Amino acid sequence: MASSDEPVIQIRGLSTRYGKHEVLSNVDLDVRRGEILAVVGGSGSGKTTLLRHLIVLARASAGSVRVLGQDASTLGEQALLALRRRIGVLFQNGALFGGMTVLENVGAPLREHTKLSDRLIDELALVKLALVSLDADAALLYPSQLSGGMRKRAALARAIALDPELLFLDEPTSGLDPPGADALDDLVLSLKAALGPTIIMVTHDIDSLWRVSDRVILIGQGRVLGQGSMAELARSEILEVQSFFQGPRGRAAQGRPLT
Amino acid sequence: MGTNTGSHQTAAVLSVEGSAVRCAGNWTVADLHPLDQQLPRMRWSDQATLTFDMQAVQRMDTSGAWLLARTLRDLEARGTQVTLHGLPLAAQALFDLVREADGVPQQPPRAKHTPFLVALGQGSLLALARWGDMVAFIGETAEAAMRLLLHPSRIRWAAVLRELAQAGHKALPIVGLLSFLLGIVIGYQGGVQLRNYGANIFVVDLIGLSMLRELAPLITAIIVAGRTGSAYTAEIGTMQVTEEIDALRSMGIAPMDLLVLPKLIALLIALPLLCVYADIVGVFGGMVMAKFQLQVEFGTFIERFSDAVSLDSYMVGIGKAPVFAAIVATVGCYQGFQVSGSAESVGRRTTMSVVQSIMAVIIVDAAFSVAFSYLGI
Repeated sequence: MASSDEPVIQIRGLSTRYGKHEVLSNVDLDVRRGEILAVVGGSGSGKTTLLRHLIVLARASAGSVRVLGQDASTLGEQALLALRRRIGVLFQNGALFGGMTVLENVGAPLREHTKLSDRLIDELALVKLALVSLDADAALLYPSQLSGGMRKRAALARAIALDPELLFLDEPTSGLDPPGADALDDLVLSLKAALGPTIIMVTHDIDSLWRVSDRVILIGQGRVLGQGSMAELARSEILEVQSFFQGPRGRAAQGRPLT
Repeated sequence: MGTNTGSHQTAAVLSVEGSAVRCAGNWTVADLHPLDQQLPRMRWSDQATLTFDMQAVQRMDTSGAWLLARTLRDLEARGTQVTLHGLPLAAQALFDLVREADGVPQQPPRAKHTPFLVALGQGSLLALARWGDMVAFIGETAEAAMRLLLHPSRIRWAAVLRELAQAGHKALPIVGLLSFLLGIVIGYQGGVQLRNYGANIFVVDLIGLSMLRELAPLITAIIVAGRTGSAYTAEIGTMQVTEEIDALRSMGIAPMDLLVLPKLIALLIALPLLCVYADIVGVFGGMVMAKFQLQVEFGTFIERFSDAVSLDSYMVGIGKAPVFAAIVATVGCYQGFQVSGSAESVGRRTTMSVVQSIMAVIIVDAAFSVAFSYLGI
């Protein structure tokens, strides 16, 4: 096991190109064990590509990506699969399998990767559902029968099915009403306290950034424009950082009056 | 997490010695299965109190914590007093969390079992309702088509032409290949029999009549059902899943006008044309076979062909094609609109669309044969 002060993710000089278009250029990034890191950036800034690198779904054109102490570019297909088992991902629209009930969805990674009995798998799926505050009644519903908030919770339950060391959340609060978004923020914090994974989330929700994240990195034009706590970024002198966090929404979330 | 007794991988174990229960190993999801299999057969001692010693447990995650919590719950339900000690702090927190997680019932929920008769009744009603839906859809299509006939300027010709290229032009290679091969097969099978009677020349009658009247329209309709009908279902079904159909309705555009009618019109044009093409290529396939197997030269073949095959036979074949086209287009589009919610539903409906349209085409073809034999055509 990696020592606790080694970064769980270490990116050096990462560049990605699609044809001539450079999506990420020379990105360096460290993610510390146990933190909640938020990745923000405008649309088309390359943050989705960065996320795909972090969950080892994309291959780099140049540079290195070390995830949980292993260099992603040197791993074979089997080793990659083993690595991905230690990673949980909540996709933006849930990506729940439409042909399975919620219970089967949450149990799917367990059924695939362990030899546990069906009874224990069902129970574990129910435990995970209880952890994300979903009733056992919802367990037999199909994803198409769930509301947006329930779908996110069910998808989150599936993401934590194998107790991942790394948990990725892609826009966890998008499409939720304000109470629902607040509740999901609470849920992320309580899961962090209970299970202790390192959490990396991509979000546009500035309220959620203030409440949940320990550290924020701002991506723009394929580069890291700024990083630090929300309070530090809000005071930043860098123009691009200011323009991202000092708009009306950014100020409102900070609780400062608009000028 | 857990006490530091080395980090080598060991499966979770639990051993009972009198009133002492010793737990060790990794109580994590990857190392839990031996214990999971062992527990139901575990022989607990009859002592009124049991002490779980957790000191040798190296790591514990929610799965391990749950298995421990469940074991304790089962023991306590039997009236056994259980004390835990030696659980590391972090594992203790996890254990408490899992234990308090309410909503985990004793038995995992199962879908309600429906009695056979109830299921039969519900299934029948559903099937009836499906028929009703289908008839309603045909009616809606017919009504929209009539409206369009009264105002031909509203026909979306661009869409019709696009569908025509897709369903007609791009289907030429496969329709050509399959009907050519079919012609060869018929020529060969017929030739083997006819040669026994020295009736080589009648291969022309056989190929001409069977191709023109039955096989060309049928094979074309089947190819189009598999190629185009399925595409219609998948296209409309996916639009249904992504709410594009609702978007059209909200803009005041009837999906019927934009999606269904251009497909129907295009197929009504394309299928008869494909059928003519299949006639020509299929008969040519038979001609080639007749030349090599039965020494019937091309010239002789064509001469005999104009005597043997009447215009009626040709028209009967071509006449069926628009009917088949209407069946394939209607079933394909109807199944597309029946898609609900998931990607899986698109797949299921696409399969149903192909199966049902091929079935309907063959049934209707049989009905045509019966009708023609009554009419003596």
